[in-house]
Amino acid sequence: MSFFVETFIGGLLAGVMYSLVAIGFVLIYKASGVFNFAQGSMVLCAGLTFVTMRDRGIDFWLAGLITLTIMVAIAIAVERVVLRPLVNRPQITLFMATLGLSFVIEGIAQIAMGASVHELDLGIVDTPITVGEVQVSQFDLVAAATAGVLVIALSIFFNWTRVGIALRAIADDPLAARSIGIRLQTLWQIVWGVAGFVSLVAGLLWGARQGVQFALTLVVLKALPVLIIGGFTSITGAIVGGLIVGASDSLAEIYLGSLLGGSVSTWFSYVLAVGFLLVRPTGLFGDAPIERI
Amino acid sequence: MAEPILQLRDVSLSFKGIKALNALSFDVERGEICALIGPNGAGKSSLLNIINGVYRADSGSVSFDGERFVRIRPARAAHLGIGRTFQHNALFRHLSVLDNVLAGLIRHSRTTLIEHAFGLGRDRSETRAFGRRADEIIGFLDLARHRDRVVSTLPYGVQKRVDLARALVGRPSLLLLDEPMAGMNQDEKREMSSFVLEANRSFRTTVVLIEHDMSVVMGLSHHVVVLDYGRKVGDGTPEEVRRNPDVIAAYLGTVH
Amino acid sequence: MTAIGTDTIEGFGSTDETARSWLRIALAVALLAGLAAVPLVANDYWLNAVLIPFLIMSLTALGLNLLMGYAGQASLGSGGFMAVGAYATYNILLRLPELPLPVNLLLGGVISGLVGVIAGLPSLRIKGFYLVASTLAAQFVLEWLFNQYGWFSNYSTSSSISAPRLAILGHDLSSPTGRYLLTLATVAIVTVVAIRLVRSQTGRTWMAIRDMDTAASVIGIPVAAGKLKAFFVSSLVIGIAGALWAFAYLGTVDARSFNLDRSFQVMFAIIIGGMGSISGNYVGAAFMILLPILLDHVGGAVFGGAIDPGQLENLQKALFGALIVWFLIKEPRGLAALLSRAWTQLASRFER
Repeated sequence: MSFFVETFIGGLLAGVMYSLVAIGFVLIYKASGVFNFAQGSMVLCAGLTFVTMRDRGIDFWLAGLITLTIMVAIAIAVERVVLRPLVNRPQITLFMATLGLSFVIEGIAQIAMGASVHELDLGIVDTPITVGEVQVSQFDLVAAATAGVLVIALSIFFNWTRVGIALRAIADDPLAARSIGIRLQTLWQIVWGVAGFVSLVAGLLWGARQGVQFALTLVVLKALPVLIIGGFTSITGAIVGGLIVGASDSLAEIYLGSLLGGSVSTWFSYVLAVGFLLVRPTGLFGDAPIERI
Repeated sequence: MAEPILQLRDVSLSFKGIKALNALSFDVERGEICALIGPNGAGKSSLLNIINGVYRADSGSVSFDGERFVRIRPARAAHLGIGRTFQHNALFRHLSVLDNVLAGLIRHSRTTLIEHAFGLGRDRSETRAFGRRADEIIGFLDLARHRDRVVSTLPYGVQKRVDLARALVGRPSLLLLDEPMAGMNQDEKREMSSFVLEANRSFRTTVVLIEHDMSVVMGLSHHVVVLDYGRKVGDGTPEEVRRNPDVIAAYLGTVH
Repeated sequence: MTAIGTDTIEGFGSTDETARSWLRIALAVALLAGLAAVPLVANDYWLNAVLIPFLIMSLTALGLNLLMGYAGQASLGSGGFMAVGAYATYNILLRLPELPLPVNLLLGGVISGLVGVIAGLPSLRIKGFYLVASTLAAQFVLEWLFNQYGWFSNYSTSSSISAPRLAILGHDLSSPTGRYLLTLATVAIVTVVAIRLVRSQTGRTWMAIRDMDTAASVIGIPVAAGKLKAFFVSSLVIGIAGALWAFAYLGTVDARSFNLDRSFQVMFAIIIGGMGSISGNYVGAAFMILLPILLDHVGGAVFGGAIDPGQLENLQKALFGALIVWFLIKEPRGLAALLSRAWTQLASRFER
């Protein structure tokens, strides 16, 4: 039983980190109507930039600040150069454009900073904590707490501020946002900038956990089922979806994996997500439009 | 008198707690042109959507051609002979006029995927027969000039006629027209009215239409049903409806 | 006229159009004859590394385009369906060696088609990007399946499968020329059938569903059956392409050759080439297969030895990505539309 609880809690903690990545997607989806595949390469890029500067002996906070500036600049540039010219084009074209973009970011980041795996030490001690019979990784706890704080801060920001209200309005009608007094372009830049910030935090946490390497871009494939389960347009959905995917993934890996004789982590969350979709075609918290003809 | 082709009994519908239709009942006789009128939001489009199965009524029933149902799938409604045009443009916009009209015949198709892929069996003869039938309707609605144009490149009024052609080509016994003349000028409206009248006469198609222009309604229809906030406030010949004080209060009174 | 329009509108007979369609057929036959004569002049490198993968990628793109460009159902499961085709064909060759090769390829395709129908079932409930995500489930499950269970690869090491002897009526097709001609013949036949299909009631059904599915169901078009047929035909074609990719191109493959990157490559090919356009598949496949080879050669010539090959690869990747984005922004209807505009201009200059 304690093993089950351990697996479950470990999964939930990983899930908080999925939620963190997923929120970056939700924000951009609400603002620009695209599932931004390049988010994964932005996470890699953030991790690489930070770790390269640390290797050169630059102070922790200064490195963080410089990386943040670079990430926000990249995000805003992407919005400007790639997505704005593609406004009103089919969703799948936007998606493929962000995929092409991820080639560019990954290619350039690796030219500039190399392709080898870098260790990233954030100074968090990783000795397991024992509560009763259950052992929990201290690093996971700290990472989840950081992600959790950020998730809550972002939900408050986007639920209670003018920017958040404007964001909700443009999902229905781009002109409506203007009536709230925020220019659409400013709004886009804020959202993409925040997404750049989220990829920095995600890049540091994931990078410290598994080393800064190319595989970091794959978090985008973990975030997708999270979004399907939670709905592409809901921050709450991203949180709940992340927890569901995190917990069910690690349980399935142990129990279903041993049954089928191999790792199921590549596909389990997707099959789960399709199951959810068949019951709720627009995710748990997504908006279902009334069809008018 | 023959049984009405369409009978609605106590049909109610609500969206998220707001009543769109409230215990609505009326009959449509075979062969007539029946107009549904009423202010915006009176529930007219919702009613058409219930008749051909896009929406499900909360309660009440619909009988068409002797068959009674609460909920019908749209495809089944089409097979029973209920045709439909749309308020907002719902054409297949990348296809030509001809292909749009041919799409209206797909439900009569008896050929299979294999026959289509290899041009076997009945495929050729069916293609020819459908082509002839589509060209007939295209000629009937004076669309021959536009036959091979992609519909999204055509003027709005022409697109409305293509929509009518697509519905008519399958020879429906009941035709539901959702604001077929919206956004048209007087000439176009007159032209469209004459097409509707022609279709009603030559194909004996029963027509239920939604229209706001009272002069069009009075000139075209045999029977008028007036809706207001999901309730029926008038039902009769154009003359009777015109004299009905409730109708004047609810609807005509606001227009002048 | 749109890219979609040019390929989908069938005339019922003005003489002008009949003449033009005869001209088109003559051109196609000439093109095919030219392509069939290529082995007389091209060396093995061209056949093996350029033409065979280009033709097979065109076929895969055609398969996806039927589903996505014509029926409007986006899918990222192409790699998975290629794998089904390859592994199914391999097993039929292995277990029923007496069947002739064409029958074999077709059977492999049909099996892939049936798997496609199952993967397409969610399309009856969900749309758009949610559907894309659900096809990813198929992609990942299929890839995993062929890696996980040795039965599919006859318990070979690393779950890879190798081409058995390829022969039709006793003619050995293992030479580059033989594999090229097998690929070319398959692509030609499937293309002709696909053109027939998109101009038939089936094609019209698909395009109606793509353009306005609610209206389609209201006028009595069988939407659910239409979607599933699209998944079937599409996966069938992609499955045949997968078998050719495994046996006529690479010779030996494992499931990784059909991973998500392959699905992305196919989707890029049709978006860049032109959705809802048959010729777009060839243009898009040429872009996806030839451009990296070109970048490779140019890079080698310019920087030859001066920079690290790994860095060169990264540079190519970035450049390739940038070109993709640039084409997506510049040419909404794909390269096929661009070429057809250029062709019209050229023709009008000649007529003057």
